Amino acid sequence: MEHPTAHILFCDLSAGACRREPLDPELARQAPGGRALAVALLAARPRAVWDAPDAAVVLAPGALAGFDLPGVSFAALAGTNPHTGGVLTVAVPGGLGRALARLHLAAVVVSGRAAAPTALFLDVDGARLLPLGAAAGQGTSAVMASMPAHDGALVAGPAALAGSTLAGLWADGLHPVGPGGAALLLTAKNCFAVAVLAQGEGPVPADPVALAGARAAMERLVAAAPALAGPCGFGRYGTAALLDLTAGRRMLPTRHFRETVFEAAGRLSAPGLFARLSPRAAGCPGCPTPCRHVTANGTVLPDGDAWSHLTALLGLADPDLTVAAYAACRQAGLFAPGAAALLAGRAEAAGRDLAPDALLPALAALVAEGPSVSPSAMAVKGVALPAFDPRGAYGLALSLAVGTSGPDAWGGLCLGHELLRKPVATDRFSFAGKARAVFLGENAAAVAASLGGCPLYGLAVGLEEWALALSAARGEAVGAAELAGLGKRTVLVERTINARAGLGVADDDLPARFFAEPGSSGEGIVVAPLPREEFLAAQAAYYRLRGLDADGRPAAEAAALESPWPI
Amino acid sequence: MADLTAALARRFAEKLAAAGLTDPGAAVAACLDDRLAFSRPSPHEELLAGLVDRLGVGCVLLAPPAQPHRTILEFLAGREAPAIRPRDCETRTFFHDIPVIAEPTVEAAAAALSRRKGAYLPGVGILAHGALSPEQAFVTVSSVAFAGFVKFFADFLAASRAGTVDAAYGAAFAAACRNLPPPPTVVPHLARGPFTDRDTMLAAMAQAGRATVELGLVDSVFGNISYNLDGVLAISQTGAALDDLPGAMDLVPLDGSSCAGLTASSELAAHAALAALDGRQAILHGHPRFAVIMSMDCEDLATCPRRERCHVDCARERYAGATPIVPGEVGCGPRGLVHTMPPALAADGGRSGVIVCGHGVFTMGAHDFGDALAALCAIETSCRARYFAALGIPTETP
Repeated sequence: MEHPTAHILFCDLSAGACRREPLDPELARQAPGGRALAVALLAARPRAVWDAPDAAVVLAPGALAGFDLPGVSFAALAGTNPHTGGVLTVAVPGGLGRALARLHLAAVVVSGRAAAPTALFLDVDGARLLPLGAAAGQGTSAVMASMPAHDGALVAGPAALAGSTLAGLWADGLHPVGPGGAALLLTAKNCFAVAVLAQGEGPVPADPVALAGARAAMERLVAAAPALAGPCGFGRYGTAALLDLTAGRRMLPTRHFRETVFEAAGRLSAPGLFARLSPRAAGCPGCPTPCRHVTANGTVLPDGDAWSHLTALLGLADPDLTVAAYAACRQAGLFAPGAAALLAGRAEAAGRDLAPDALLPALAALVAEGPSVSPSAMAVKGVALPAFDPRGAYGLALSLAVGTSGPDAWGGLCLGHELLRKPVATDRFSFAGKARAVFLGENAAAVAASLGGCPLYGLAVGLEEWALALSAARGEAVGAAELAGLGKRTVLVERTINARAGLGVADDDLPARFFAEPGSSGEGIVVAPLPREEFLAAQAAYYRLRGLDADGRPAAEAAALESPWPI
Repeated sequence: MADLTAALARRFAEKLAAAGLTDPGAAVAACLDDRLAFSRPSPHEELLAGLVDRLGVGCVLLAPPAQPHRTILEFLAGREAPAIRPRDCETRTFFHDIPVIAEPTVEAAAAALSRRKGAYLPGVGILAHGALSPEQAFVTVSSVAFAGFVKFFADFLAASRAGTVDAAYGAAFAAACRNLPPPPTVVPHLARGPFTDRDTMLAAMAQAGRATVELGLVDSVFGNISYNLDGVLAISQTGAALDDLPGAMDLVPLDGSSCAGLTASSELAAHAALAALDGRQAILHGHPRFAVIMSMDCEDLATCPRRERCHVDCARERYAGATPIVPGEVGCGPRGLVHTMPPALAADGGRSGVIVCGHGVFTMGAHDFGDALAALCAIETSCRARYFAALGIPTETP
């Protein structure tokens, strides 16, 4: 069968021209879409500084994003990491991935630099560059409003215009796309938005009956996953539901990670906020557990990382202030967790909590600081840590350290087994077996990101179900083990890009605080400093499993053996 | 490190025997950390090592099933290869089907296990893998045994009604029946309620969970249990073993004021709905086998247009004796049992139990788990008797 997303669109913004080329069938087989294809295309290009005109940004829908599968509409964005010079890949939720797939595009490769702030608009008639004019500096809502009708859009805001490394993107006006700095990949090309209108049916699966079976299996597993579809799950309260869990497990990052329990956490339980604001649920196309929530006046409620870092990490406990701060970040195009982490660090340096009435002005000032803003001290690869204290889950600690694009709480799937008991519970205060868990979890997450899956659905949908769906779509049998190989290759290519940029073992580490200072013990839970020697042993074991040398770089043999792409 | 890995392998091999899934010393576990370790020497070491390597997993279990599972799985594998397709809800949700491995080679076994969590190798046993932990493989072995048992006896009853039982099925059935454990008749005394403090309540839940497993009314990794103490529902966590509950229970405010139930059982919503409808405090959910089998015995099965979906979409009002049978799948989806089971159990001033078709049984107790466990036991005993009566067999040893 024809690959459902069979062409690559190359857009040179300097020339204002796009060309469409068929996707090489062998590349499509080895890297079927999404993250795998995006990094493959990135790796195939000459190395370039992130803001140079010849640097490329690749936007690739997941290989199954065009089909009607639950939680499967994501695209991947990949480019040169502004923090490290290595790779940056991010998941793009919302309708953009599905729309790109339904335009039969496997990827859009953007290079060059437009002469003025521009939006890239794609529909069945092709690609157009739309001048944005003053809208580029007026907030993400203004940019969204200036777009023609679309099925999915990715938008940057004033923080990116100012060159801030805290600048994130917003998808469909609902979903934050981070980490901080992600927006710079596009705005370095003077591109402040990508919008797509598909106006068509999805691709036709090779075996519609088998695809329906795969869909039903995925729906059953999602419905049976308490964290997704349960009464306290993300489908009800979004990822803000996690704050009660991190508080109860004494791993809630508090006051710039100096503490792991926040005395006011009880006032921040998501149900209380939802009871007062009565938001409606919103989410990605066809998602049975939509995790975004919007109030009657259009305010988008914070996701879990933002909710946690704009409160406990800053020592603040005013839900209304947090909602307002998140709205400000959304308009400015600031990635809220990273902005909060930076302010928390400054508060620690000042020796006092940020005053509540100083929060909104401080966020505005961060935008104004532009490129001069310094990275958070509690960061890995320049990216602030998410809202889970690493001292409370050792596998998670390792995965945060070794993530190729920076710390990603869902990148190694450790939250599943260490906190949410899926697929089985593991001892969160032990490194035993965690190197393998991170290795396998990263591979599985890379598969989902390559096929268009929501990262959260890793709690329910495994390689077995992905194999069913991909086999049905393509009409040729694909096994779970084969997919695991796809994930392994994808991470290895990312590692190779990082190695070319000079990243090594020192970049796969956590801030020293976690190895030197305990968290907040109590209620029978001891939160000790991370054992350094055990962490290093787990890191070394992870390297062995990945086929990396002692410096975390792919051995030449491994790269040649595992990667089918010219790198 | 190698000693620790070998100890881990031995622990899970012994756990399979303790659960009655294999005979003592029969299972082999292969666990990988820095190097591969086996629970004991085995002629199948090469097969297991090859699977660990080929699948890229941390553990493979080989579980030669104890009786009657051996008879059952050997028969089903011979009749249904290349895959056994059970109809119980748990298997439909989590396992899809059970591949039958054609030959004892790494290639054939890896091909089966690359698409499923577990498979059956005739003449050898159940093979299951755990990417993350041996616990995953243990759960799979338990599920394969349960699913095979339910399918074997349910299909036999259907074939008997249709007059299509052949000699081989009859012989296998007789052999399996000879190895059935006796029905649970003596219900142990449990702590008396009402429980007024958390520690006493949690201890009572742990005791009831253990008793439910020991009576064979649930395999340890399935089922769930809860108790409503002053508007806070104590409930077993998702994936918690009912015979090892201490430290694996969540306290969930029923007023919805927190997300403390994020790690609770998949059936939290159903327990909460029951608590809202029914003043009884104790809820117990098990998977007693003959209750599940009889819930799938329907006189319209051959002709009903919904026969492939009856576990989630049955329009008939059905009973096993006085116990209602309702459809509904695991969790909170649009066809979830949360919509069907609570109103059925709370009806008529509070029934003693409800069977969820192809899945299991929910029971309640006013203030403690004594009545809930007794009801669970009575429903299973009754269903077992009804099963053999339906076959016209007055005793269980045809």
